[in-house]
Amino acid sequence: MPASPPPAPISPKVGLFVTCLVDLMRPSVGFAAVKLLEDAGCRVEVPSAQTCCGQPAWNSGDSADAATVARGLIAAFEPFDYVVAPSGSCAGMIRVHYPELFADDPDWAPRARALAAKTHELISFLVDVRGLTRVAARLAATATYHDSCSGLRELGVKRQPRALLATVAGLELREGREAETCCGFGGLFCVKYPDVSTGIADVKTADIAATGADLVLGGDMGCLMNIAGRLRRQGSTAAVRHVAEVLADVTAVPPIAGT
Amino acid sequence: MDSTARRFEDNARTALDSPTLQAALAKLADGFPRRRREAAERLPEFEELRDAARAIKEHVLDHLDLYLETFERRVTENGGEVHWCRDAQEARETILDICRRVGARTVTKSKTMIGEEIAINDYLEENGIRPVETDLGEYIIQLRREPPSHIIAPAIHLSLGEVAETFRKSHTHLAPERALNEPDALLAEARAKLRPDFLTADVGITGANMLIAETGSNVLVTNEGNADLTHTLPRVHIVIASIEKIVPTLEDATTVLRVLARSATGQDVTVYTSFCSGPRRPGDPDGPDEYHVVLLDNGRARLLETEFRDILRCIRCGACLNHCPVYRAVGGHAYGWVYSGPMGAVLIPALLGTHEARHLPNASTLCGRCESVCPMRIPLPRMLRAWRERLHRERRTGWLARIGLAAWAFVAARPRLYRRLTAPLVRALGNLAGARRRFRVLPFLGGWTATRDFPAPEGETFMTLWAESDRGRTKP
Repeated sequence: MPASPPPAPISPKVGLFVTCLVDLMRPSVGFAAVKLLEDAGCRVEVPSAQTCCGQPAWNSGDSADAATVARGLIAAFEPFDYVVAPSGSCAGMIRVHYPELFADDPDWAPRARALAAKTHELISFLVDVRGLTRVAARLAATATYHDSCSGLRELGVKRQPRALLATVAGLELREGREAETCCGFGGLFCVKYPDVSTGIADVKTADIAATGADLVLGGDMGCLMNIAGRLRRQGSTAAVRHVAEVLADVTAVPPIAGT
Repeated sequence: MDSTARRFEDNARTALDSPTLQAALAKLADGFPRRRREAAERLPEFEELRDAARAIKEHVLDHLDLYLETFERRVTENGGEVHWCRDAQEARETILDICRRVGARTVTKSKTMIGEEIAINDYLEENGIRPVETDLGEYIIQLRREPPSHIIAPAIHLSLGEVAETFRKSHTHLAPERALNEPDALLAEARAKLRPDFLTADVGITGANMLIAETGSNVLVTNEGNADLTHTLPRVHIVIASIEKIVPTLEDATTVLRVLARSATGQDVTVYTSFCSGPRRPGDPDGPDEYHVVLLDNGRARLLETEFRDILRCIRCGACLNHCPVYRAVGGHAYGWVYSGPMGAVLIPALLGTHEARHLPNASTLCGRCESVCPMRIPLPRMLRAWRERLHRERRTGWLARIGLAAWAFVAARPRLYRRLTAPLVRALGNLAGARRRFRVLPFLGGWTATRDFPAPEGETFMTLWAESDRGRTKP
C-alpha cells in the first residue's frame, strides 16, 4: 500500500499526466484540468516525456511491456509533489498496480511506491487534497453521472464529483440506478468481446435514458467514448462530456461523438 | 458434463440473442443485488463479519491437512466413513461402489455443485442407477438435461413458460387442462412427483456448504427442505464435498452462515439449515444406516501454493455472479461448464486447464464489483489478471494481439516517436470526421463500430497544443 502523502505544500508543483485518450481524443479535457488545478492554487507542469500508463499491457497479462512503459512514466513524474490524471483508471493503474507491477524489482519497487503515494485522480485531488468545495461554472443541463469502475472501487471517487457538480449553476443532477454499473468498455475488452461489451453498454444506456438526462458526465474517457458511441448508434441525442469540462466551464467544444 | 468453455464467444452471442434469457437476467440483476444490499444494511456488523469469515477460511487454508484429518477422525468416531478422492473419476467410482454394495436403484439428490463437477448423474445413469434431483431448480434442469446456469439458482435462465413446457413433456400423466402458469402450481406438481422417490430412494446424495472439523458434521442450507428428506429417509447418506469446505468449529460455521445467506439471497438465514453428523445412533428417531463423506481434491490442493489460492475461500454464495456485468449480459451457460461468473472464470481454468478456458479470464472488464461484494473478500479481478499473465506466458493469446502490444509498448516507451506517429493520425481522423464528430465505420476497429459509433478526435493532440502554447514553450 502507498505510504501516507507528505504534508500538502502551499502551492504544490503538480505534474499533469494527461493520459493517452485525453491527449489523442480530447485535449479540451487536459486544458480543463490545467485550469481547475491552477484555480486550486497548484503550479502545473506537463512533462513532455509522457505517453501512456501501460494499462493495456498490464490488463493483457503482459507485465514486461507494461513495465517498459511504466518506467518511463515514473522517471518523468518523479520530480513533482503530486501526479494528477483526469482519469480514475490511469490514476488507479499508477496508485494501485504500479507497486504490484514492480513488487519483485528491488530497484524500481521503491520508486513505484513513492510515485503511487502521490498520484491522484483529478476530481478527488481537487476535493480531498486541495479542499475545493465549489466551482465558478454554469451550464443549463440535466445531467447524470457515470461512476467509472477503477475510480469508484480502487480510488473511492464517488461523492467528490457530485459535490462539485452541485455547485455548477443551472445544472441538475439525476442519479441513475445503475450509476455504479460498468459500461462495458474495459479497455481492450470492448474490442476483444464486442458483443458482450455492447450487451453491457445497453444496460447503461437504458439506465441513462430512464433518468431523462440530456447530459452524461464521467471521469474517464474510455467509458465516455463507449457510452457516447453506443448512445449515438441507438439514436440518442444525450450529450456526453468529461466532468472536468463542466467544472472548468469550458463547454464550447462539441460533446464526445457530437450530438 | 462436457465443457464448451472454449466456445465462449459463440455461447455468448447465443445468449445475447435470446429474449427469454435476457428477460430472466434482467430480473436477476434487479432482485439479487438489491436484496443483498438491504440485508447488509440491516446488519451493522456486516463488514466485520466478512472479515471474520475471511479470517476463518484463511486459517483453515493455512492448516488444511490438520483440519481434514481431524474431520476424518470425528466422522469415523461418529460411525461414518471418509473417502479421499484425488479426482472426479475416483469420486464417481467411490459413489458407484457404495450404491452397488447396497443394491441401490434410485438415488435422491439435494443440490451439490461437486456432484455437477464430477458429473455424477450421468455416471450413475450409465450404470443403471436412477438419480433424482430434489431441489426444484435442479429438478427442472435435470428434466431438460442442462447444466445449472447459476450456482445457487440453477434454473434462473428459464421463464415460467419454459418450465411449464418442460413439465408437460416429462410428466406425461398431466392433463392438458392442468394449469401450470403459477410458481405454486409448478412446485405442487414437482412435489407430487418427487414424494414417492423420496420414500423409495436407497441412497441420498447431498453436497455440503461446510464441513465442521470439531464435530465431523456437514452443513447444508436450502430453502425447500428437500435436503432433509434426502439425508434422513434413505438407508445411506453420501455427502460429496471438496476439501476446502472445511471450517474448524460449529461457532465458525455459524459465522460463515451469517454472511452466506445475506450475500446469496439477501436472507438473514436460509429457511433450512441442516447439520448431519453421522449415521443413525441407537435411540435416534430417524437417520440413515450409513454415512459417507466423499472428499474431493480435483486439483485444489495444488492451488494452495499458487496465486489462485484465495479462490479456495469461496463459499459459493453467487454474489459475484449476481453483480457481474458480464454474467448479467450472457448468463451462466455461456461460460460453458459447471461454474460461471467471476468465481467460475477463476476456477474453471484451474480445474479444466488454460487450453480449455482461455476466454474466461479475458472476458471480463475487471470492473471490480465482484470483489466489492464477495463475503470472503476474494480478489477476483487480481486473479483474473493473474490468469491473463499465465495465458500470455503460455502464448495462448492471439499472435496479432501479442505483436500489437509489443509494437505499442515499443512506441509508447519512446515519447518523441509516439508523438510523431500519433499526431498526424489524430489530425487526419479529426478532419475526416467533419461536423458529425463520429464515425460509423473505421477500418481495424470493426469490433467497435459494428454496434457503436466511434467518437472523432478533436484533431490536434493535447501535447501538440500545449507545446505550441506560451506555457509549453517555457516549460520543460
